[in-house]
Amino acid sequence: MIRFTRVTKEYPRLGAALSNASFSVAKGEFVFLTGPSGAGKSTILKLVYMEERPTSGEVRVGGLSSVTIRRREIPQLRRRLGIVFQDFRLLEDRTAEANVAFALEVTGTPRNAIANKVSRVLTQVGLASKANSFPRELSGGEQQRVAIARALVNDPLLLVADEPTGNLDDRATRGVFQLLREINASGTAIVMATHNLDLIRRSDYRTIELNRGQIVFDSSEAAQAALERFAE
Amino acid sequence: MPAIRDALFATRRAPLLSVLSITTIAFSLFAVGLFGLVVLNIRAALEKVEERVEIRAFIAEKTPVEQIALASGEVAKYPEVQRVDLVTQEQALERARRELGEFKDVFEAEFLPPSIDVHLKPGYRDPESVHRVADRLKALTFVDDVRFGDEWITQLYRLRNIAGIAGIALGLAFAAVAVIIIGATIRMAVLARSREISIMQLVGATDGYVRRPFLIEGFVKGVLGGGLALCLTWIAIRIIGGYLSFQTVFFDQTVAVVGIACGALIGLLGSAFSVGRHLRRV
Repeated sequence: MIRFTRVTKEYPRLGAALSNASFSVAKGEFVFLTGPSGAGKSTILKLVYMEERPTSGEVRVGGLSSVTIRRREIPQLRRRLGIVFQDFRLLEDRTAEANVAFALEVTGTPRNAIANKVSRVLTQVGLASKANSFPRELSGGEQQRVAIARALVNDPLLLVADEPTGNLDDRATRGVFQLLREINASGTAIVMATHNLDLIRRSDYRTIELNRGQIVFDSSEAAQAALERFAE
Repeated sequence: MPAIRDALFATRRAPLLSVLSITTIAFSLFAVGLFGLVVLNIRAALEKVEERVEIRAFIAEKTPVEQIALASGEVAKYPEVQRVDLVTQEQALERARRELGEFKDVFEAEFLPPSIDVHLKPGYRDPESVHRVADRLKALTFVDDVRFGDEWITQLYRLRNIAGIAGIALGLAFAAVAVIIIGATIRMAVLARSREISIMQLVGATDGYVRRPFLIEGFVKGVLGGGLALCLTWIAIRIIGGYLSFQTVFFDQTVAVVGIACGALIGLLGSAFSVGRHLRRV
């Protein structure tokens, strides 16, 4: 699903945000990225959805390579991913329903199919009754659920979440995390950057720890095996 | 269509910014339009003065009337000539008395020679053409003298050239300033929506999808700004005309449509450029 091969990302003034990182994520896997601020978690996620390109090395996501991908192919890649952020990134002047529908409209989905899909996914995240609410009328946890619904509506193979519980209280955090577990259980791979060690301890998902742009720990004993599976 | 709806959303979300964009386009084009009208009116005034350019060929004494009439017919066939008036001694006297009323008693019958007055077509009233026709008239055997206000025509033509060059240079400068101001305003509108653009891109919107509502918005703002500029120009020229008691000339229908189309084009290109630049950076 994802393969990083000796990936380095340097920024002109900030220096290396990621150094010589290699790892892979298999289909359906749940992976935590953890580490202190500035460790390179968000950089990895940006490289996954190709907002950034590596300075050296190669990132492959769903068969597309950072070396050969063209600018116009990036939207096609992102339609196969779901992306969730700490700050939700919802359009404030649109209802929950419209925010989710928006992700389908950009892909050119027919209007009659949009209504069904949006309704289904809002039900899945437990917000069917809040479909007509605007983001400002929703709690933080509910807003994040709308963002997750938007990420899910295109049936992605991979969901990328950058500190999705960073702005939420404990109760909302537990709710959102449970939702992500259910999504993963249905077959969607998830890569989640988080500072929340409680979440990591409470689950047995694979954890990759970063420090100063380098992978310092990877809990997966099967990491090498996954790499070989991907190579096949 | 989502692009039209998104453009409407954007206008509704930031009505002040939209009004600012439209008024900026309107006032920028108004400045260009007003300047264009000043140039147009100066040109119209100069054309009226130019209509008075004529060459007067005085006929030698005792030239048979038939010969003069024949020669007039020949002169009228010159490509530069619009009209030829044959002025007899009596008509010359009458005209002198009319034009120089205070000296009317000075003039006596047969005091003034007959002449043929040659009026030139528009485009042939420059010093070179006037000299060319005058030289041909001088070559006629029965012509005593040719007068055409050499210095006056040269000055008039110089004034016309200065007005033309100044008009083009200042017009281009005004237009460039207008494009820069409009571009900056549209860029501001694009930056105000940078968050929305990044969200669009994250959910897989293509550059074309992101660009479309901005182009529609830019086009509509341009048309509205152009229309408003035309109204403002019309009101301004009416006020100026009334104040100066001067018969002013306004743009004809084609120029008015071109003006609005220019507004639309500036709005469209300004948006395309601004959003394109923004997309290349993200």
